[in-house]
Amino acid sequence: MLVQLSHPYRQVEIKGPKRTKELLRELNLVMEAHLVIRGDELVTEDEMLADADQIEIRPVISGGA
Amino acid sequence: MNCTKCPTSTRAVIGLPRHNAAFCKACFTTFVHEQVARAIKAFKMFTPEDRILVAVSGGKDSLALWHILLALGYRADALYVNLGIGAYSEESHRKVRHYADTVAASHGAKLLVHVVEQEAGAGIRELATILHRPTCSTCGTIKRYQFNRAAVEQDYDVMATGHNLDDEAARLLGNVLHWQDDYLDKQSPTLPASVEGFAKKVKPLCRLSEREIAAYAVVNRIDYIVEECPMAKGSKMILYKEVLNRLETESPGTKQRFYWGFLDKQTKPEASAESMAEKDQRTLVPCTACGQPTTAGTCSYCKMMAKAKTAAQPRA
Repeated sequence: MLVQLSHPYRQVEIKGPKRTKELLRELNLVMEAHLVIRGDELVTEDEMLADADQIEIRPVISGGA
Repeated sequence: MNCTKCPTSTRAVIGLPRHNAAFCKACFTTFVHEQVARAIKAFKMFTPEDRILVAVSGGKDSLALWHILLALGYRADALYVNLGIGAYSEESHRKVRHYADTVAASHGAKLLVHVVEQEAGAGIRELATILHRPTCSTCGTIKRYQFNRAAVEQDYDVMATGHNLDDEAARLLGNVLHWQDDYLDKQSPTLPASVEGFAKKVKPLCRLSEREIAAYAVVNRIDYIVEECPMAKGSKMILYKEVLNRLETESPGTKQRFYWGFLDKQTKPEASAESMAEKDQRTLVPCTACGQPTTAGTCSYCKMMAKAKTAAQPRA
């Protein structure tokens, strides 16, 4: 599956099928700091993602000072 | 994972471990609105008659806040401060303008804009260099000043910012780590207009995590700037948030207990100034078995040992 990441923007190819939480673990990312979006819909951590899916992993942390 | 609220168990779009819940789109939107309504009521932020000025940046928190207040029927205008950070400011300004034109205008809400460069003659990066100050600190001073000035000069009853649970927990962690007591007093979700010239300031998103607000924006198709401010890279606030998120992952509810617990202590001062020695003298008695101080008749050590001896005895 094609996975889009931010900060910095990049795309990586990950072998599916795979659950959302397994995908995040493989990329060493914390669920609490990210949203996983398939197409334009949010998916939960137990959702099975297929090879053909287009996935965006969106970071949610922001803030300066 | 199915929605834990729907009777028909619709597919959930988000799981919330700290609430031991999962929600579909509709129930999640309702959950977010309820959390904001509870914060507004609990901290006496404003009433439906008040005119509210929302500080918007083009990010998820401030645009979601504006969206929620309008959805709940409040009279909320917004102010955007263009900081002059090149393409980042251009993009965030475009997002705010787009939201104002396509959504807020239909509620009768208007967008005010302040451009730093027009008044100061330079953007914040240049100002920070001239002043030998960190950019985030310069930015914070300018935004606080401009938002307060606009709220006071244009007769708004209250100014609302998009600070969320993660912002407040991270700020609290920073303040506690450095024992900045003066700043702790300013962490309440409602700050009164204490003196002439200060607007009342409120944080209606204080019960919601950063992830919940980002999810709300996605679910409600709010087009916000995902890109991080280039000036915030490597900031202490982001480090504190990362640390808290690791704790939250291991123990859901940590951020909420940390910040809400602090607010509880702030609003409910200690009943008495009893010292530890005075409390011990009032509550402790000699153990009936060994004589060491205990709150119970027999101390926990003696109870434990008695139980162990009983268990170790061979059965008849």
